[in-house]
Amino acid sequence: MNNHMKNSLEQITTLFGSQMLAVLSTQSRDQPYASLVAFAADDNLEHIFFLTPTTTRKYENLIDNPKVAILVNNSVNKADDIHNAVSVTGIGTAAVVETSDKTQLLNMYLKKHPHLKGFSKAPTTAFICIAMKRYFMVNQFQNVIEIQVKS
Amino acid sequence: MKPLLKIEDFINDGIDQVGGKAFCLAKIHELGLTVPKTACIPCRIYEKYLNQTRIKDTILLEINKKPFKHMRWEEIWDISLRIRNLFLTTPIPQDIQKDLFSLIVESFGNNPVAVRSSAPGEDNAASSFAGLHDSFLNIIGADTIIKHIKLVWASLYSDAALLYRKELGLDIHTSQMAVVVQELILSDRSGIFFGLNPSNSNESVIESVYGLNQALVDGDVEPDRWILNQSSGKILNHIEPVRKQYAVPNAEGVGFADLSGEKNQTPPLDDQEVFQIWETGRKMEALFGRPQDMEWTFCNDQLIVLQSRPITSAGFNESDDKRTWYLTLHRSYENLKKLYIKIEHHLIPQMSADAKRLGQINFQRMTTKQLCLEIEQRQTLYDHWVKIYWADFIPFAHGIRLFGQVYNDAVTPADPYEFMALLEDTGLKSMERNRLLEKLAQMIRSDIDLKTMLEDDMIPGTDHSFRSLLDKFVEEFGDLSCTTGSGNECQYGDNGIIRLLIEFSRQPPKQKHTDGPDIQRLKEDYMQSFPAQKKNFAADVLHLGRESYRLRDDDNIHLGRIEARLIESVSKGQSRLSDPLISADEQKMLLKIPALSRVSDDVSRSLEPALSDKTSKRWFKSRQIVGHPAGPGIATGKARLIKTPQDLLDFKQGDVLVCSGVDPNMTFVIPLASALVEERGGMLIHGAIIAREYGLPCITGASQAMQLIKNGDQITVDGYLGIITCKTDDL
Repeated sequence: MNNHMKNSLEQITTLFGSQMLAVLSTQSRDQPYASLVAFAADDNLEHIFFLTPTTTRKYENLIDNPKVAILVNNSVNKADDIHNAVSVTGIGTAAVVETSDKTQLLNMYLKKHPHLKGFSKAPTTAFICIAMKRYFMVNQFQNVIEIQVKS
Repeated sequence: MKPLLKIEDFINDGIDQVGGKAFCLAKIHELGLTVPKTACIPCRIYEKYLNQTRIKDTILLEINKKPFKHMRWEEIWDISLRIRNLFLTTPIPQDIQKDLFSLIVESFGNNPVAVRSSAPGEDNAASSFAGLHDSFLNIIGADTIIKHIKLVWASLYSDAALLYRKELGLDIHTSQMAVVVQELILSDRSGIFFGLNPSNSNESVIESVYGLNQALVDGDVEPDRWILNQSSGKILNHIEPVRKQYAVPNAEGVGFADLSGEKNQTPPLDDQEVFQIWETGRKMEALFGRPQDMEWTFCNDQLIVLQSRPITSAGFNESDDKRTWYLTLHRSYENLKKLYIKIEHHLIPQMSADAKRLGQINFQRMTTKQLCLEIEQRQTLYDHWVKIYWADFIPFAHGIRLFGQVYNDAVTPADPYEFMALLEDTGLKSMERNRLLEKLAQMIRSDIDLKTMLEDDMIPGTDHSFRSLLDKFVEEFGDLSCTTGSGNECQYGDNGIIRLLIEFSRQPPKQKHTDGPDIQRLKEDYMQSFPAQKKNFAADVLHLGRESYRLRDDDNIHLGRIEARLIESVSKGQSRLSDPLISADEQKMLLKIPALSRVSDDVSRSLEPALSDKTSKRWFKSRQIVGHPAGPGIATGKARLIKTPQDLLDFKQGDVLVCSGVDPNMTFVIPLASALVEERGGMLIHGAIIAREYGLPCITGASQAMQLIKNGDQITVDGYLGIITCKTDDL
């Protein structure tokens, strides 16, 4: 792995570690929709996880169209954000986790968000995994790099 | 909140509000010594101006576009220029402006004043970096004074201050600037007192000139110098210069006049006055607790203290980096005028003559010993000119910046680079070369037989008009492939040029761009913004700027010619080394020459391997790279990375030239390019200059572009925003 990719992946990992929330973009019937989710990513950045009630619009949307985008950034609502903030957009395909390793993955998720343990147990809560395809990282106002993590 | 404080209020308001200079003056005044009438615009007014106008946000954006460690001094200069223009074009909020105006009128009327910086901490003992912030002399009238107050505020972000930002603790969130407005004393004589001689701690030093102090501070007039016993004030030595001129206030701020015959022969101070200054300096030392660097003046035989600050061991000379050299690039108008005459009338003709002389030397009959001697002589000559290039040519480029500053101060344009339009069309040597190339290409375009012949690697005989023009070109500019400054061996000879000319001939000639502002109108507006008595100055600075712009490019072409002659001799040495008939002694002799013993380095070796990680499904690509917009326009094309001179000869019509730094000796391919990207930053560097001449989109300061972009990548160059977008796979 070349240095540029290594450094960029490290920056994304650091950003994801520092942020609790991400903006999730879904779409259904030609109408985009955005919502906030408490997220966690696995070590190799190939998957992003979040919890959602199954009654929400985002859940309906991603069942209808699993292609989603997610945005994480560290802006603090100050003028400096424009050059200091780092923003990462990722695109991928979402699915409800129903595999045998669900418990293991959920534990990993709850390590970051322990206060959501009760929420995760509700029968109407879905544990969602986005299989990430590509990341776009913006820093220093307009510098953008792309990293493909899965074809 | 009063925007203008009287000297009696300074101490109460505190050093954090009035800054070091104002605070010291108040202490001196309190001691009963004479200081000029002084007022101060406290830091809170600066802060209020920044916040109310929101220019703080723009400054933040400017100074954070790119990490400073990745910036060259030219880019820092540019940032400073843009911030300065931001202050110039942003009015002070009405409520402050109104009060400030009436208080200035009340205090100073129409008397000339000095407007000086007084940043908290700027002159304290820990960091004596005098001169990083601006001061202005002979400013008359409340409106003009207010304009210069803004310029002093802007100098918190002068290029020098940005270079020394760490030492100054410069931080947009916390840094402040107070401004001192001081009645200008019409000095008979003035000077400095240095409480501690830097080369002998038992001594003090006094320097003095006739007229204003500015001439001494700027180094324009050689002062009389007295070395004194530090504790008794006894004169130990008096060094007399040749006294010729003195500084006087004039329409431009400060000008020079010739000294009368009597003053030529008389030191500006007598022994008693020297003692009086020493005595006052000692009082300063007692007041502030450490030896002082004091500026003083005599007016009608009364000694007046202009300012005093502690001497520190820290300062510019203590740093072990190149910043002190950068600061020497700031040249006064007078200094640049002298430099221009030296360069235009002495150095360039000498350089041309040297290149011509070397071109006439024939290597064929030289013995190996003679050839070695010739290479060494050429190396010495080239090194000599490189030294001159750094000592004289580079500083002369400051003429462009001086003009830019004068233009912006007078016209206050919305675009801080508007002045550039007045610098173009100066007859650059590189444009002359490109015109000759175009003439050759046109001959190929219009003569199908010639084209076929050249495509078949045949060159017409010396009686053919194309051949004679080509020979003339090579004689004048070298064969292009050898002169890009990388030191690589020339490999292509005439064929390289011919390949390039065939490429030129495939497309219609590229015209120099004709869009853009109405130059005549800009020039008239510029001249009209000066009062009658300053019009000569305005015209002179414009002339200096244009010559500086022209020579900034031409000097490289001339230096390139000398370098080409050096490379030519080295190349001859290399071919003799590879001759199987050469004797062991001759080989030894040749290998003693550094240029021949060096193993040629592959330039591309240092570059990183391909960015895609072939062992996995993952890949990395840069999507957008940000630099500085240096030439407006937008264009898309294949990236052509220039790592070696030979890369230039493979350049194709419509390619985007991507390089670490454009050398004027490379710019012959610009007519083929659709856009230009340069890692090196700055608006006034060669790439930007030549791109503007052709109206091409240009981005400079695109850090790591050579690593992030691959040869053949499809890239879009947005010269309005300074953004390079690389095409990546669809989502």
